[in-house]
Amino acid sequence: MPSDAFPENLRYTAEHEWIDDASPATVGITANAAEALGDIVYLELPEVGAALTAGEVFGEIESTKSVSELYAPVTGTVVEINQEAVDAPETVGSDPYGAGWLVKVDVSEVGAVLTAEEYRAQVGG
Amino acid sequence: MSGTEKHSPLHDEHVALGATLTGFGGWQMPLRYASDLAEHRAVREAAGLFDLSHMGEIEVAGPQAAAALDRALVGNLSAVSPGRARYTMLCAEDGGILDDLVVYRTAGDSFCVVANAGNAARVLAELVERAAGFDAVVTDRSASTALVAVQGPRAAEIVVGLTAPDDVPTVRDMKYYAGAPATVAGVDAFVARTGYTGEDGFELFVPAQDATAVWRAVLEAGRPLGLVPAGLGARDSLRLEAGMPLYGHELDTTVTPYAAGLGRVVRLDKVTDDGSPLPFVGRAALEARRHSEPARVLVGLRGLGRRPARAGYDVVVPGGDAPVGHVTSGAPSPTLGHPVAMAYVTPELSAEGTALAVDVRGRQEPFVVVPLRFYTRPAD
Repeated sequence: MPSDAFPENLRYTAEHEWIDDASPATVGITANAAEALGDIVYLELPEVGAALTAGEVFGEIESTKSVSELYAPVTGTVVEINQEAVDAPETVGSDPYGAGWLVKVDVSEVGAVLTAEEYRAQVGG
Repeated sequence: MSGTEKHSPLHDEHVALGATLTGFGGWQMPLRYASDLAEHRAVREAAGLFDLSHMGEIEVAGPQAAAALDRALVGNLSAVSPGRARYTMLCAEDGGILDDLVVYRTAGDSFCVVANAGNAARVLAELVERAAGFDAVVTDRSASTALVAVQGPRAAEIVVGLTAPDDVPTVRDMKYYAGAPATVAGVDAFVARTGYTGEDGFELFVPAQDATAVWRAVLEAGRPLGLVPAGLGARDSLRLEAGMPLYGHELDTTVTPYAAGLGRVVRLDKVTDDGSPLPFVGRAALEARRHSEPARVLVGLRGLGRRPARAGYDVVVPGGDAPVGHVTSGAPSPTLGHPVAMAYVTPELSAEGTALAVDVRGRQEPFVVVPLRFYTRPAD
């Protein structure tokens, strides 16, 4: 895992999601998670307008070999979902911080998030 | 975990190739080198190279080797000609499956029994015990033997291209489920036309110290033809598409070959020299269970939605909530583009075309019963 695998401007969850500090905020999964999952074949996201609660499951992501739940880094309302990623889930694996983003959230409260350094330490990267 | 796992003689090759490793049957083996899907597709369209050195190789040799195996296994091994192989099983006295095996008759009085990694110790112990009293010696060759498989439509071209000129006709003309000694990449190998992918291909048994030479030679010769190294991830999705069972998923000590749809491997018709039924371990139980309907039978399931079923999920009648079966293997089929699964279901729901559902993490997904072999390779 290269040292720039976890951009400094993002915040991370212990469950391997990232969130930026824009408004609305964009949420995705980390390069570490994408690599561990392997080939991503299915993505289930909430609908626009759905309420997210920090630390709770908001969707699922499935690879050829395994399935993982997606955990919300923040409490808030979904204002946009990445339909292109739902239609072509491999995008999440190939560009997790770019075209493979998952949802945009109108944030009301930020949950327990980690800095890039803290997250890197957690995953041993 | 990794501290106690065994390493293949090709471990350093896998690390150098950047493989993601996983624990499997007590071994640390490649899960994937880059992409499960790319490796799967390479095997369907060109070729893949697998390290199967975790499999157990047990030699049974001696004047009564065939008789010992007839007694130990459910198959009729004395009927197998030298140079041919047979898919068979080791069963317990109660008919439960202890392992599924491929047995090669390497010579008139010598057999090589290939066991699943996680069962190899059990198979060895059972064979030693069951061969007692026969003039046959059971020897574990696992540590000194490496096994690599070259699978896919370009496999023959690749393997034949690496074969010593004198052995080319043997390898080129080798039939499915046959095997013979041959020199490949300068190494003395036992070459077999067997595999676990649903494609044409070869398995090369070589001395452990020669494994790296063979591995590198196949990679070098095969890459221009589209061959890639392939891991256990691709191996699992390939065998699932081909409808082949995996011990620990479709097969275990609680199911008989009949429940698994593999009753054909049980040779109740094998006889002794005087024509009486040949006693083998499990015979009485299997005879009794042959005609009694098993509680659940193995079926193929095709997913009508996008969410795949996974091992352990409950099968239900659509809209119902009482489990009528359970999934033993499941994945999105890379070749077919829809979910496929194997499941044990109650016999009355096992007919082709039966609409079923799988509880995929709390939500029912529609599936339909289909023949177990999801994928059949195109005719040559």
